[in-house]
Amino acid sequence: MAEVILGIETSCDETAAAVVAAGREVRSSVVSSQVDRHARFGGVVPEVASRAHVELIVPVVAESMVAAGAEGSDLDGVAATAGPGLIGSLLVGVSAAKALALVWDIPFVAVNHLEAHLYAALLEDPELEMPLVVLLVSGGHTLLVVMEDHGRYRLLGSTLDDAAGEAFDKVSRYLGLGYPGGPAIDELAALGDRTAYRYPRPLVQENPSTMADDRRFAFSFSGLKTAVVNHVRSDPDALTADVAASFQEAAVEVLATKLRWALESTGAPGACLGGGVAANSRLRERFGEVCDGAGVQGFLPSREMCTDNAAMVAAAGYWRLRHDGPSPLNSGADPNLGLGFLV
Amino acid sequence: MLILGIESASSQVGCAVGGHEGVLASAHSGRGGLHAENLAPQIEFVRRQAGIELGDLGAVAVDVGPGLFTGLRVGIATALAVAYALGLPMIGVSSLDLLAFPARWTGRLVVTALDARRGELFTALFRQVPGGIQRVRDANVCTSAELVAELQALDEPMLLVGDGALRYAGAFQAIGRMELAEQGLAHPSARALVQLAHARAMREEFVRPWDLEPVYLRKPDVDINWSTRQGGS
Repeated sequence: MAEVILGIETSCDETAAAVVAAGREVRSSVVSSQVDRHARFGGVVPEVASRAHVELIVPVVAESMVAAGAEGSDLDGVAATAGPGLIGSLLVGVSAAKALALVWDIPFVAVNHLEAHLYAALLEDPELEMPLVVLLVSGGHTLLVVMEDHGRYRLLGSTLDDAAGEAFDKVSRYLGLGYPGGPAIDELAALGDRTAYRYPRPLVQENPSTMADDRRFAFSFSGLKTAVVNHVRSDPDALTADVAASFQEAAVEVLATKLRWALESTGAPGACLGGGVAANSRLRERFGEVCDGAGVQGFLPSREMCTDNAAMVAAAGYWRLRHDGPSPLNSGADPNLGLGFLV
Repeated sequence: MLILGIESASSQVGCAVGGHEGVLASAHSGRGGLHAENLAPQIEFVRRQAGIELGDLGAVAVDVGPGLFTGLRVGIATALAVAYALGLPMIGVSSLDLLAFPARWTGRLVVTALDARRGELFTALFRQVPGGIQRVRDANVCTSAELVAELQALDEPMLLVGDGALRYAGAFQAIGRMELAEQGLAHPSARALVQLAHARAMREEFVRPWDLEPVYLRKPDVDINWSTRQGGS
C-alpha cells in the first residue's frame, strides 16, 4: 500500500514540495514563495512564475526530501497538481513529478488543486466527520462545496465573476496598498472602522428562501470592488484604513452568510475553510461565529495550510491513489480542471 | 558514458539515449502542443529500446533553448528531475547549435532560424571548422526583415536551417546565393543532442542541475490580463 507520498505544487506563484505519510503525517513541507518577484507588477505574471518554478523546482524538492530524511526508495508515489492553475507553471511541476516517478519506479498521481485545498483541513484534523461544507476562497477560486466522502463533492455555488482573493488584490491595488492584497488589507483593516462605510453585499438578501438555488450559494465580488472604487473617487478624503475595513467587512459578510445558509440547507455536521483568503483574520473570526451559531464542528486550517502548499497535494494524492490508482505517464496539465462534481 | 538527451525547444519533442557507440535509441513526436504528455512515455520507450536501466546513465543532456517557452520548460524540468533523482551531472546545449550540427558538412555560412512566434526568429550564424561547426555570431531574437538585412550585407553563399527559415522562406528569397535546408532538418533533434553532449562529456564540460540556465532571449511579458486570469491561490 502506498504510504509515503512526495507532493509537488506549482499551480501559481508558489513552488512547493512536501513528504507526507499515510495522508496525514507531514514529514516535511517546503514552500518557496515568488511573491517578491511579482509584487512590482501588482499581480502574478505567468511567464515570471513559470521561469521561477524551473529555477526552484529541484532545490525545493531536494530540500523537502532532506528535511523528511527520505530517499527515493522510501517513497510510494509522487503527486503533482495538474490543474486548475497557470498552464506554464503547472507543466513544470507535472513534468518534474513524472520524471521522478519514472526514475524511482513508483506511481505518479495527478492531483486537482481544489481537491488539495479540501484536504488541507483533513491533513490537520483527520477525525473531521463528513459530510463537510467547505468554503474555498483564494485568488483564483470562490467555491462552496459539500465534501460527502473522499473524492465525492457536490458544488453548492461558485463566483459569477471575480474570485474573493482577486477582489482583495484589485481593491488593494486601487488603494495603493500593493500586492498581495489579502494580507495588506487585513493588516490595514485592523486599524480602521469596519462600520465606517456600508458597501453592498452582493447576492445577499434578508430572506434566502426567496432566492433561486443557483443564486443563493453564488458569489459576486466585481460590483463590490466597483462600489469601493467609485466611493474613493467621490470621497478622496476617506480614510484608507476605514475603506479597507469596510470593504473587508462586506466581503467577509457575504462569505459568512453563504456559509451559514449552506450549513442550514445541508444539515452537515461540520464545516471547514480553505484557500489563501482563509488566512484573513476577520473571515477566521466570522467563520468561528457561524459554526458556533449553527452548532457544527468548524475546522480552521493553520494559515500555512490555507495558502498553497504541497502537503495538501501529497495528502490528496494519497487518497486519489488509494481510490483511483496511478495516473498515466502521458497525462498533462489542465488550466481549467474542474472538481468532477456529483450532480 | 551513457547520456539521456531531452529536446523540447521547438514545436516538436524528442529524446534519445547514446554514448560512445552513437545513438542507441531515440523517439520523436512532431505533434505540436503535447510536450508534457509525450515526453515521459518517450523516455520510458527509449530506455527499453536501448536495453538499459535509467541507473546506467552517466549524464543528462538537455536543449536549453532558445525556443518556445512552455515546451522548453517541460524538457528542462524533466531533465532536471531525472538528473536530481539519479544524482547525475548535466549538459546544456543551445537549440541553435543542435540545428547547425547536421549542417556541419557544408562550406556555406550556416544560418539557423527557429520560429519564435509573434513574427520573430531565434537566430545564430555558424561556420564549418575542421572536425565540426562553430558559432560565429551569438544567438539573438529578431524579425525576418532584420535577419534578411543582416544576411544581405554579408554577401556570401549560405544555408538557412530551421522552421523559422521555412516559415519566412518568401522573405529570404531576396538574399542571393541562399539555400533552404529541408523540413527534415528544420527542428533541433535529440539525436544531435546526444552526439554533441557526448563530445562535451568527454571533455567533462558538465553543469550541476542548479547551475543549468535556460536561454530565453526575451524578457517576460508582464501585462497582467485580469479578465483571463485563472487558477491558483
